[in-house]
Amino acid sequence: MLRLFKKIITTGVVTEECKAPKDDELEKLGIQVKRHIDKQFSGSIAIRQVDAGSCNGCELEIHALNNPYYDIERFGIHFVASPRHADVLLVTGPVSRHMQTALLRTYEATPNPKWVVAVGDCAACGGEFGVSYASCGAVANVIPVDVVIAGCPPTPLALMKGLLGLINK
Amino acid sequence: MSSLNWTTDFLNQLNSTEFSIVPAFLPGDKTALWQIESTRWQQFSQYAIEQKLRWAAGWAEHAETVFIVNACFEKEGIYVLLRTRVNAGKPELPSQATVYPAANRSERHTQDMFGINFTGHPDNRRWTRHQAWPQHSYPLRKNYPVQGEPPAITPPDMDYPFVKSYGEGVYEIPVGPVHAGIIEPGHFRFQAVGELILNLEERLGYVHKGIEKIAEGRTPESLARLAGRVSGDTTVGHCWAACMAMEQAAGIEIPPRAALIRGILAEGERIANHLGDMGAICNDVAFIFAQMQFSRLRELWLRTNATIFGHRLLMDTIVPGGVACDLSEASCALIKQDVVRLRKELSELMPAIDLNSSLEDRLYTAGYLSPEIAEAFGTLGYVGLSSGQDFDVRRDAAYPPYDQVTFKVALEDQCDIASRFWVRYKQINAALKLIEQFIAQLKDGVNLNESQTLQAEWQTPQADSEGLGIVEGWRGEITAYIRFDAGNKIARYYPRDPSILNWPALEKLTLNNIVPDFPVCNKSLNGSYSGNDL
Repeated sequence: MLRLFKKIITTGVVTEECKAPKDDELEKLGIQVKRHIDKQFSGSIAIRQVDAGSCNGCELEIHALNNPYYDIERFGIHFVASPRHADVLLVTGPVSRHMQTALLRTYEATPNPKWVVAVGDCAACGGEFGVSYASCGAVANVIPVDVVIAGCPPTPLALMKGLLGLINK
Repeated sequence: MSSLNWTTDFLNQLNSTEFSIVPAFLPGDKTALWQIESTRWQQFSQYAIEQKLRWAAGWAEHAETVFIVNACFEKEGIYVLLRTRVNAGKPELPSQATVYPAANRSERHTQDMFGINFTGHPDNRRWTRHQAWPQHSYPLRKNYPVQGEPPAITPPDMDYPFVKSYGEGVYEIPVGPVHAGIIEPGHFRFQAVGELILNLEERLGYVHKGIEKIAEGRTPESLARLAGRVSGDTTVGHCWAACMAMEQAAGIEIPPRAALIRGILAEGERIANHLGDMGAICNDVAFIFAQMQFSRLRELWLRTNATIFGHRLLMDTIVPGGVACDLSEASCALIKQDVVRLRKELSELMPAIDLNSSLEDRLYTAGYLSPEIAEAFGTLGYVGLSSGQDFDVRRDAAYPPYDQVTFKVALEDQCDIASRFWVRYKQINAALKLIEQFIAQLKDGVNLNESQTLQAEWQTPQADSEGLGIVEGWRGEITAYIRFDAGNKIARYYPRDPSILNWPALEKLTLNNIVPDFPVCNKSLNGSYSGNDL
């Protein structure tokens, strides 16, 4: 147990701080996100992530938003387990045809007002997979999309920027 | 090939019975190619299992009036590709799944995609096909258009015949395809009594994107990009396997410097994924300390990737003929610094984790996978290595740059989640040492004034030339088959992710565990959905 505490104490807080920014872009963005969220969502937005056919690359970077460096929750942005609790759907992948109904139902289950963010090149335009017998291509081909975050996959910083774009709308 | 290995004896044994196999080799002379009559397909597998051959991969191809069906076997690091032809008019083949459980889902995939009937198959329900195309059309036949004729909205696959259970107190829990976390989609059907799992059935195929179909007609560069997206967490592994297959087909040898850089990329990918998994395993038993520490270390590792290779996950760094980016001396120094730092951090972290009794309580004995089942399904990588399957392509069928180095293959013998956790840690340590050896060799190359090219010149392969790339990805052995058409175009690409063989083991290792332990059981195996569904 002592080793554990020692490691916690010696690691310290690695979250990239507002005042002594290692990565000032992140901090600047984060503050803006927070301000807009405060105004429109009383301090927080709840995100439901839906993989509608991605290669799992985007998921890895979305996961990174929760690591101690980005710690996106401090800005009031958090991930929830059900679309019924969500304000925002973060959708990745070209929409595979086998996921089409699941995505439509997830969209319907999300209460209004709701926003859809298409994450990654595949979600934006079909990417490497396009439209085929197995793929519907872009997310916009299946449900209405409010913001697109490009990248293969988008970096955690690009994801933060994209969320800002949504809230500025 | 040396007459000392088992293939000679086995071939003699087969040819002394009903077989008359003329041994040949795939380009590169690494993989033996044995052609047999389709009627003897199942019979061969019976002889093969007696000789303890491992069933590694299976796929088919459509060539006008016939289907070419392939099955890849391995023993002691030597691969044999078994091949037969079946008439496209009445495509039928006796199933090998009756002998090798590992072949089960692969044959179901081939059945759905080509319409080949595997007679005697123990479970011929559809697998990859849901409702995006009708029962009697087969997307991988050459006359099937890439666009298909999908309905405007593909309905859910409501009437899939799941296994049923009956009895007092038995209930079902359907989970997915949309899961609660940030994770790929798939469906799990549990039957439970109280908290205990009686049966688990996986239903995958939700992220089927038609990768095999859209690969057709691509150029080598374009195919490499696609291969890098078969499974986003294994972009280096799949891209390397596909490029290796294309290079064999084209008769190209990659420059030594490119091989070393590929090795550094592959080991880096292994480390990043294992760090992520080890944190996630701890997270699934609510040990957040470890999750935060490992995700911190993973982030640092990815940031160095971005600095040096221009991409956090290393996508598109491997290209046909070599690699896309060089490593400067400064970059090598940066990597070495990272290796030292990570080793130091882990030396502090792992004792703290090892001594944690609440974590021990959750991980030890949970998710037990017996060596017999692990062998029957041909499980690979950390799943197999934790259940007595001592195999690693890098050691047993070494390819450049692994043929120039020595390293220890990590093993654990308790067959539980803890074993799969610790084997990952050992693999990280081995990978760190490998990276150091590769960097040292890069420098030696510079000192010896070796050719410093990064990419061999591409030679357009002849029509019909083929290759089979086999590498050790971070999840285990990856195989990629390539056949070229005329004009530098891909005719067939089949990637076999290790997940295809590991997924069925999850159905077994969760039995008799409690439902709340399913997430950690699942994470300890961490199969790729995308790599499985293609």
